[in-house]
Amino acid sequence: MSDPVLLDVRNLSVEFSMARSRMGLGPPRSLSAVSDVSMRVAAGETVGLVGESGSGKSTFGRAILRLGEVTAGEVFLDGQDMARARREDLARLRRETAMIFQDPYGSLNPRLTVRQAIGEVLYVHGKVGPGAAEARIAELLDLVGLDPALMDRRPGDLSGGQCQRVGIARALAIEPRLIVADECVAALDVSIQGQIINLLMELGQRMHLGMIFIAHDLAMVRRLCDRIAVMYLGRIVEEGPTEEVFKDPRHPYTRSLIEAIPEIDPARGLPSAPLPGEPPSPVDLPQGCAFHPRCPLARPECCAAVPPLVGPRAHRAACILAPGGRLNEAGGNLSETLSATPHERTMTC
Amino acid sequence: MTDAPILTVTNLSVAYEDMRTSHTIIDGVSFTLRKGEILGIVGESGSGKSMTCRALIRLLPSSRLKVTGGSVQLEGGGDVLALTPREMTGVRGRRIGMIFQNPASHLDPVMSIGRQIAESIRHHRGIGRAEAWARMLDILRQVGIPDPESRANAYTHEFSGGMRQRAMIAVALACDPDILIADEPTTALDVTVQAQILRLLQQLRDERGLSIIFITHDLGVVYQLCDTVAVMYAGRVCEYGPKDEVIHRPRHHYTAGLIACQPSSEGGTGPVHTIPGQPPNPADMPAGCRFHPRCEAANALCAKLQPSLDEAEPSHACACHHPVGMRTEAKT
Repeated sequence: MSDPVLLDVRNLSVEFSMARSRMGLGPPRSLSAVSDVSMRVAAGETVGLVGESGSGKSTFGRAILRLGEVTAGEVFLDGQDMARARREDLARLRRETAMIFQDPYGSLNPRLTVRQAIGEVLYVHGKVGPGAAEARIAELLDLVGLDPALMDRRPGDLSGGQCQRVGIARALAIEPRLIVADECVAALDVSIQGQIINLLMELGQRMHLGMIFIAHDLAMVRRLCDRIAVMYLGRIVEEGPTEEVFKDPRHPYTRSLIEAIPEIDPARGLPSAPLPGEPPSPVDLPQGCAFHPRCPLARPECCAAVPPLVGPRAHRAACILAPGGRLNEAGGNLSETLSATPHERTMTC
Repeated sequence: MTDAPILTVTNLSVAYEDMRTSHTIIDGVSFTLRKGEILGIVGESGSGKSMTCRALIRLLPSSRLKVTGGSVQLEGGGDVLALTPREMTGVRGRRIGMIFQNPASHLDPVMSIGRQIAESIRHHRGIGRAEAWARMLDILRQVGIPDPESRANAYTHEFSGGMRQRAMIAVALACDPDILIADEPTTALDVTVQAQILRLLQQLRDERGLSIIFITHDLGVVYQLCDTVAVMYAGRVCEYGPKDEVIHRPRHHYTAGLIACQPSSEGGTGPVHTIPGQPPNPADMPAGCRFHPRCEAANALCAKLQPSLDEAEPSHACACHHPVGMRTEAKT
């Protein structure tokens, strides 16, 4: 991508401190929601961030916009670190980034009309002079495909899809350069989801926006995103250009995730051996690779250390069996590695 | 799957009535469920799919909702809608079990999982404590809960989402029902856990001959799990038939649109297919075919006359004046 890097996140970690165990006498504990995550987003690029619930994807999205705490790491917006920014710099971050939330009703004030909800954003950021707001609100509504006649309605009178469009209009009101969309279609019906996805695709292209699209629906991500990053328990386990990741998943987790998407495809039924178990609690992460207790390919080496994100070119995976990983430096694909090195499932860690 | 129907629903209608207004929520829904069949009921929110299933075990969530017509024939049990409340308790749980989207709100938080299941076995079967406990452990094992002896003493909050759904399935199966109604049981779960639960339901059907009504909004899940599909729109069944027929050769424009909306496995670029507009409000249903304001093939007839659910070909019924004529084979 020749476009300049808009957002550059380096080694971001987010931890939450927790109550001490044993009635406050135990050692201090913390929950590591995001660990050591790096990501770059160029202008005009859409990056998909996928993972199951509890994987830290929303926490990451909020942290880069400073809507949540950052424990360590840097967030560069146009080369300026925002992770520890204050006052004027933080105000600049707020003017240039916006978030679209999952719950279309919950993220709008039920007592404000559509006009007030969008107008509020315009006034706060000083985007319009007095008298010009009305025209700008109508323009924004038109942009997101809403009839300006809805201007005096309140969220209660609107459908979920319409509320989500108002949420998008509010995000666009500040003329952002980066949008973080957090599960913004998950609460909508299938026939409406497509309308919102199309709107985001069109707006992203037309306004040359950088976008981080957080979702658990891989099929939607595949349609919308240029690149994709898969998170598991706070770490990115695989990232790369969307089509490469879907056609040749290199991390066993990504592979199971793609296999588990229910699809209308006569060639693919239910997976005969679905991934067992569920993600463990982030309070008590497994040693080494966090995925090894569920991994069909796990071997003793997996408990030793957290595997780094490696791989040729832009497609990288955090698995010792992936191309470039510790046990696969030759760079063969996963199944080749497996046939070359048979393993016994005797895990002791 | 045998041909004998175990449950026959005919013209089931439900209305919302309060002091001033009355409007129909479910309008003349009919389907049959055979032994060992998995029937998928698909529709968007508000299409009446959950309400239909609650009506047929008489668990409508509000006293203002009333069944206004139709019959629900349970094999060897007569018309469920005509039973006395006392007879009804013999049907719920014992003949028809039900599981829901959010197991945490349907399990007792202050009673251990094992006791909840054993209690329901004792209540329905009238057997002793020890025997019920042993049977309960057996059921927990069948639904794939590891180490049932110790997990039986755990409480709901100690279970993860997927385990809670398994526990709920165990409660529903405790009295060995013939029919399981599953209302979006995997919607709140992650995809990898969803695959485990779907697999479990499939196994229960294969091993016990359980008949399942599976309510969902996800056509992909229907395609993987079900034998037969009923597509609902605005309180009516608009298409009904064997899964392969309905999904590969949809006749109703709504079904065809829903299928096209599914982001395909092959990726693809460009805009996603959408159905314009939004589902109607039950208080203000359009006349004629309820889908006509959103339908590209609609004409004056559709706005006037409600199409009946007719068999376009054997066992594949569709309620449309202008069924999708071209036989479009699914992409492979």
